[in-house]
Order: sequence, then C-alpha cells, then structure tokens
Amino acid sequence: MIATLLQDFGRVTLTAIARMGRGNLFMLRVLHALPSLRFGGPLLVQQIYSVGVLSLQIIAVSGLSVGMVLGLQGYNMLVDFGAEQSLGQATALSLVRELGPVLTALLFAGRAGSALTAEIGLMKVTEQLSAMEMMAVDPVKRIIVPRFVAAFLSMPMLAAIFSAIGVLGGYFVGVGLLGVDSGAFWSQMQSKVNFGEDILNGFVKSIVFGLVAAWIAVFEGYDAVPTTEGVSRATTRTVVETAFAVLGLDFILTAVMF
Amino acid sequence: MGNRVNATNNNGAFVNERANDSLVKVRGLSFRRNERVILEKVDIDILRGKITAIMGPSGTGKTTLLRIIGGQLHPLQGSVEIDGLEVPALSTPDLYELRKRMGMLFQTGALFSDLTVFENVAFPLRVHTRLPESLIRDLVLMKLQAVGLRGAQALMPAELSGGMARRVALARAIALDPMMIMYDEPFTGQDPITVGIIMKLIQQLNATLGLTSIIVSHDVVEVSAIADYIYVIAEGHVMEHGTPAELGHSKSPWMQQFLQGLPDGPAPFHYPASDFATELFGAPGA
Repeated sequence: MIATLLQDFGRVTLTAIARMGRGNLFMLRVLHALPSLRFGGPLLVQQIYSVGVLSLQIIAVSGLSVGMVLGLQGYNMLVDFGAEQSLGQATALSLVRELGPVLTALLFAGRAGSALTAEIGLMKVTEQLSAMEMMAVDPVKRIIVPRFVAAFLSMPMLAAIFSAIGVLGGYFVGVGLLGVDSGAFWSQMQSKVNFGEDILNGFVKSIVFGLVAAWIAVFEGYDAVPTTEGVSRATTRTVVETAFAVLGLDFILTAVMF
Repeated sequence: MGNRVNATNNNGAFVNERANDSLVKVRGLSFRRNERVILEKVDIDILRGKITAIMGPSGTGKTTLLRIIGGQLHPLQGSVEIDGLEVPALSTPDLYELRKRMGMLFQTGALFSDLTVFENVAFPLRVHTRLPESLIRDLVLMKLQAVGLRGAQALMPAELSGGMARRVALARAIALDPMMIMYDEPFTGQDPITVGIIMKLIQQLNATLGLTSIIVSHDVVEVSAIADYIYVIAEGHVMEHGTPAELGHSKSPWMQQFLQGLPDGPAPFHYPASDFATELFGAPGA
C-alpha cells in the first residue's frame, strides 16, 4: 500500500519535472526563433487581433463591473469614517496595483490562452504542424512565435484597459450614483497614485503575467497529446496552470514591489 | 531484407541491382517507441521513377517508416539515404533543404484550416520562392487543374469532402515540383469514385512529372493495381517483397491471409487470452 503510494508519488513528480523541462526547452526554442518574426509582421498583426482585440469585450465588461463593485464597496466602508472623498484613490490603487493585472491575466487565460492551446493542439491533431515541417517550414517560427509574441504584447495593454475602464466604473457608481464629489474623486487619485511605484509596478506585473500566460498557452498546445481528449486536457491545464502561476507570482511580486 | 517472392536472381544480386538505382535506401533500420519494437532491421530500396508501396496490417510501423524517411523521427539504428544524403545525420537547415524536394500527402490531407484552397497550394511557393504574385497564381491554378479542383480554389478546407481535401493536399505537395512524394494511406475512408481518382492521379503525376512515389497503405487491391513494387511489413520486419504479380503467387500462408483478407489464419482472429470455457465457468473443481 505504502509502496504503491510512493510509486505513484514518484511517477507524478517525475512526470511534472519532465514536463517543466520540456516547457523550458520549448521556451528556449521560441526565444531562439524570435528573430524570424521580422519577416512575419502580417502574422503578428493577425494574431494580435485574434488574441488581443477579440478579448477586449470580456476585459471591458469585467473591468467595468469590478470598478463599479469597488466603487460601491469602497464607498460603504469609507463613508463610515467620513473619508468617501478618497474613493478615487482607493479604486485606482486597487485596480492598478492588483486587480487589473491579476484579473486580466486570469480572464486572458480563460479567453485567449485556452483558444491558443486548442488551436495549436488541433493543428497537431490534424497533422497541420507535421505537414508544415514536411514543407520545410518550422512550425515554431510560423505558428508559435507570432502567437506567443501577440499574447505577450496584448496582456499589458489589456490590463491597462481593464484598469482604466474599472476607474470609470468606480467613478460612475461613486460620483454618479452615490454623490461623491467629482473633483475630490479625481484629485485624490492624482495626488495619491504614484506613477513609478503604482502604475509602473502594476505594468511590470502585467508584463510578467503576460509572459507566463503566453508561454503556458503555446507550450500546452504544442505539447498536447494529439487526440481530442489530449487537446481537451491541454486546454484545461492552460487555464489552471496560468491561474496558479499568476496568483503565486502576484504574491512574490507584491512582496518585492510594495 | 525479407524474402523476395519468385525472385529469378539470388537475393544478394537483386539487392545490389535495386540499390544502384535507388532514390531511397533504407538499411538495418530499427525503431522503438518506449520499449515496444516498431521496426527491426528493415532494408528497403525505393527505385527512381517508380511507385513503391509499403503495405502491412494496421499498427505495423508503416507511417513510422515514412516519418523516419522524412526526417521527422530518428531511428534507433540503421541508415536512411535519400539521393545520397544520410537523413538522420543531416542538420536542420540541410534537412529542410532536402524536404523542399520531397512532398508528403497526409492521411487527413492536413490542409491549413484558416487558408483557402488557393492559399493552401500557394503556401509553399510563397514561403520558399520569391516569385511574382501573377506567376504564383498561374502555378497554383495549374496544380489545381492537375487534380481537377481549379473550380474549388475559393473554398475553405471545411467545405471540402475528404477526397477533395486529399486532392488539394496533393496539389500542394507537388507545388514545388518535388523529386518524390510519400502518400500516407491515400485511399483510407474514401468512396470508390474518389479511390479511382486518387489512383489515377498518383499514376499520372508519377509518370508526367517523373516523380518517385512511396505509398503506405493496407488497401491490397488498389495498391496492387498501381504499384511497381511492394514491400509487406509486419511485426516490424519486411515479410516479403516483389512485384504485385510475384506477391500474388506467394506461398506464404500469412501473405495469402493478408492479400485475401481472411479473418483467421497465421494472424489469429482472437487476441491472446486464457481458455474461454475456464473464464466463463471457472476452473474444474473450483
């Protein structure tokens, strides 16, 4: 019984280590192939549209919703201390430092990361990647690199949009519905939100999350077992692994930055 | 190297004769997946300008052999030589250069699902040549005309039947005028008319373009009708090889079972199992 448990534990551990090794080697291949992107401008633009622009809807709606809830909850807490004028600062700091990068990365994994994994995995199932290799075209250069770079570039932009729309949501609830002074909302935000410490650090977070989300999405697709079940599992793994990685990294980055 | 059926020469002399005119020479090829032996010391010669078939039951490593010839898999042992180049030893750039002279038709067609039929065929031309757009257009239309699908140029792969997808894939495979084409199960799952069309295309393209063709298949009737030479692989070895007529006269019971599609014989109907009565009713006295 104990021996079986140990064997299972060992097998799971070795599989996980082998997987991480493959992921790292894959990343090296991607980085090595990055220069090929200079010939792939149209492919990159197409992928930024597919990965970034098509994610705008869910990012905008979620940002607005989160901002409105922040406005409401923040007002309810602050009003007890007569500090509701600080609502702008509270909303903006929550969004820029934490919720913007983290929630965008989680939504991004669910919307774009899973789509990337499924697309690449299905290309593997239908032998499109093999066909490309046999036509003397490296699928890492042609398929993976544009998607990886597009995801990496889109994430920080989406996080910025999320935070901006979230602030507008907070403004709408706080100022529009609950009667917080508009001038106080913006001036408190302007004076208390520091560009270097808050906005830039939040931006760095979203860059790191973008790297991780893009890496996991393309790797899981490329490494998927070429069956329908294999692609389904890979897609699930993309969402779960990205969520774990983002939440773990968020804690580390927050501890270092703030 | 398996047995040649009804060979008039002795086997050694025959091997030399074939090897001299071979585009592809496979020698002592072994391949394993995990611990499972897929191919064991396989010798094969693919003659220039001929249609050579590699046949055998499902799961005997035929597609694996194609992938090793194409450099997508590395053999455990042995050599694979194409036009004088040792494939497993090639660097990636050299392998890609060689692949520009090879075409491969995948079982599913493997068309790029986000590109139209026209763009699929144009893909290798756009990537590997700097031809002007007008010339690419003419070449693509010529290739599509050759497979009878010029009228389908604007369709997406999802709008094609399985047979049409394979014909488009064939047009794409010959886009760069390769020296050889490998066909992976080209007839599987196709209706009789499509099978007839694909057979005609394989023969026609081989003759008119001066190609060398390798067909991996288990469709005995179709392959026997168009192949110049056949290798039969089973259990990782070349069981027999010869012209279709020679194989038809093979005295091997296994070969006859395979060619005639008999359900039972040297290749048993039942997967190895314990005694049926014992499993149903239990051991006597138990």
